[in-house]
Amino acid sequence: MAESRYPLLFITWDREQPYNYSIGRYGIRLLRELRDNKRIVGIRCPKCGRVYVPPRRVCGRCFVSMEEFVEVGSRGILNAYTVVYFSFIDPETGTQRPVPYGYGRIKLHGADSEFLHFLKETDLKDLRIGAEVEAVFNEERVGSFKDIKYFRVIR
Amino acid sequence: MAQRVAIVGTGQTYHKSSRADVNGVELIQEAVGRALEDAGITRKDIDAVVIGNMDHFEGINYVDMWSIDGNGALNKPIMKVTTGGTTGTTVAIAAFYHVASGLFDIVLAIGWEKNSESDTTAAIITCADPYWERPTFGGAIAGLAAGAVGYMHRYGITERDAALISVRDRKNALKNPYAHLRKEITVEDVLNSPMLAYPIKFLDICPRTDGACAVVFASEEKARRLTERPAWVHQVATRHNYTYFTDVDRSGPMPTLYEACMEVYKKAGIRDPFHEIDVVEMYTPSSFAGLVWIDALGVCKEGEAVRLVNDGVTEMDGELPINPSGGVISTNPIGATGLIRVAEAAMQVSGKAGEHQIPDAKTALATGFGGCHWSDVVLISSKRPD
Repeated sequence: MAESRYPLLFITWDREQPYNYSIGRYGIRLLRELRDNKRIVGIRCPKCGRVYVPPRRVCGRCFVSMEEFVEVGSRGILNAYTVVYFSFIDPETGTQRPVPYGYGRIKLHGADSEFLHFLKETDLKDLRIGAEVEAVFNEERVGSFKDIKYFRVIR
Repeated sequence: MAQRVAIVGTGQTYHKSSRADVNGVELIQEAVGRALEDAGITRKDIDAVVIGNMDHFEGINYVDMWSIDGNGALNKPIMKVTTGGTTGTTVAIAAFYHVASGLFDIVLAIGWEKNSESDTTAAIITCADPYWERPTFGGAIAGLAAGAVGYMHRYGITERDAALISVRDRKNALKNPYAHLRKEITVEDVLNSPMLAYPIKFLDICPRTDGACAVVFASEEKARRLTERPAWVHQVATRHNYTYFTDVDRSGPMPTLYEACMEVYKKAGIRDPFHEIDVVEMYTPSSFAGLVWIDALGVCKEGEAVRLVNDGVTEMDGELPINPSGGVISTNPIGATGLIRVAEAAMQVSGKAGEHQIPDAKTALATGFGGCHWSDVVLISSKRPD
C-alpha cells in the first residue's frame, strides 16, 4: 500500500463525551474518611472474614452483602511495582499522562486485597518488593481518590 | 456433551499494523471469505454467527449489526460476545456451545480488531474501574510490568530469561505468512529495546495489530461430510475472577489459567499433559507472562518453566512446542487474538499449518488471557471425542 498515506483514507475524530459514574455509598465512605480523617477504610466479609479495599457491597467469593467497615492502615507492604516510561493518552484527561511515574500494588496493613496507587519514587534503586510504604495525603482534601498524593517508601 | 463439535475451516487476514485500505466490515469479510473457502461452504450453509471485538478500541458499538454485510449473518441469528482480551477464545467457546447444544449445525465464529484506529493503552484503561483504578492504571503494559517484577522476585527469573520467549515467537512467525511481525530478533535486541515500563521493553510486549480471524464450527454429521480431517473440540473452560486488579495475587502462576487447564484435563481424561499435548497456542501478552504462565499449563512444576524454555523444549522441534504461529508477541489484533489461538490449534491437528506445521500433531491446547487476569482454555484433537 504505497498510497496508504493519502489523507482521504482516514478521518480523524476527537470526541469529548462526559460520563457520570456512581461511586456508591460504600465507596463514598472511603472518600469521606480520606477527606476528613486521613484514614483508609475497607470492608469485612461476614462469612470469609476478608477485608477489601476499596469497600464494596458484595463479597464475590461468598456472594453475601458486607456491612462492617473497618479501618486499615495508611501504611502497607509494596507487593509489586513498576515505573512507567512510555507516554499514552490518559482517558481521564484526554491528554498525555505525565511520565515517568511509579505505580504500585500495596497490601495495606489489615487488608486482604491490594490497593493501587502512584508511588513517589521513580528511581528503580529506591523500589523493592516487600518495602514498607505509607500514604502521603494532600493538605487540601476534597473527598477524592487523589486526596492521597502517592505512597512513598519508608524502609 | 449433547452433540460432538469439530472445526472444519479457518481464515485469517494478512495481519498488519495498519489496514488503512479497508474499513472494519471489509476486514471482517476477508477473514470470513477465507474461512468459508477453507471449509468448502458458502454463506448459505451458515446457521448462526458469533462475533466479537472490544468496542472501545474503535469507538463503534454493535458490530453484530453494522458489520452484517461482511460477517455473513444477513437474516440469520448473530450474537456479539466481548470479554476483553479473552474475546476471541470466548467467541470460539460460544460458537462451540451453539453447535454442541444441537440447535445449530454450522456456526461461524469471528474475532477482529483495528487497533490502528485509536490509542490502545487509553482504550485498555477504560476496562478498569472508572474511579478507583483508571487514574493510576497504565494499561496492559504497566499492569503486566508490575506482574513481571513480582515474577522476577518470586522465581529469580531475569530479563534475559524472558527475552527468550520473544526470540522464540518472532522466529516462529517467519514461517507464518499471516503473522504481523516477521523479522528475527536476538536476546540482545530485546534487552536493548526501549524500556516501556520496567522490566517490559518494546520487544517484550505484544504489538497492536489490524486483523480478523474466522473459524467454522460444525456438528459431527456436517464435519464428516465437509472434511476428512476435522479438528474435534474436546473440552472448553473459562475462569473469570475478581472485580479489581488488586483482588488477585498476581505474583505467582496464573490461577485462572491453572484452574481452567485442570478442568479441561480432568474432563478430557488427560493425566500427563506434558506428554499428551503435542502443541500449545498460548496467549502470551508479554515475554514474562509467556514464560511464567507455562507453569500454569500444568506441564511442569512451579518455577520450572525457565528450564523448559532454556532447554529448547518449547521450540518448534522441542517436546512441547509453544506458539508455532509466532503467537501474540508477533500478531495481536486484540478481539481476534484468542480466536487465532483456536484457529492455529485446529490447523495443527488437521495438518493445515503449512510451513509452521508440527509434524504429526494430534492434540493441541489454545489459551486466552484477558481482563482482570481471566482465562479461557480450548482443547482440540484430531481424535474424535468418546
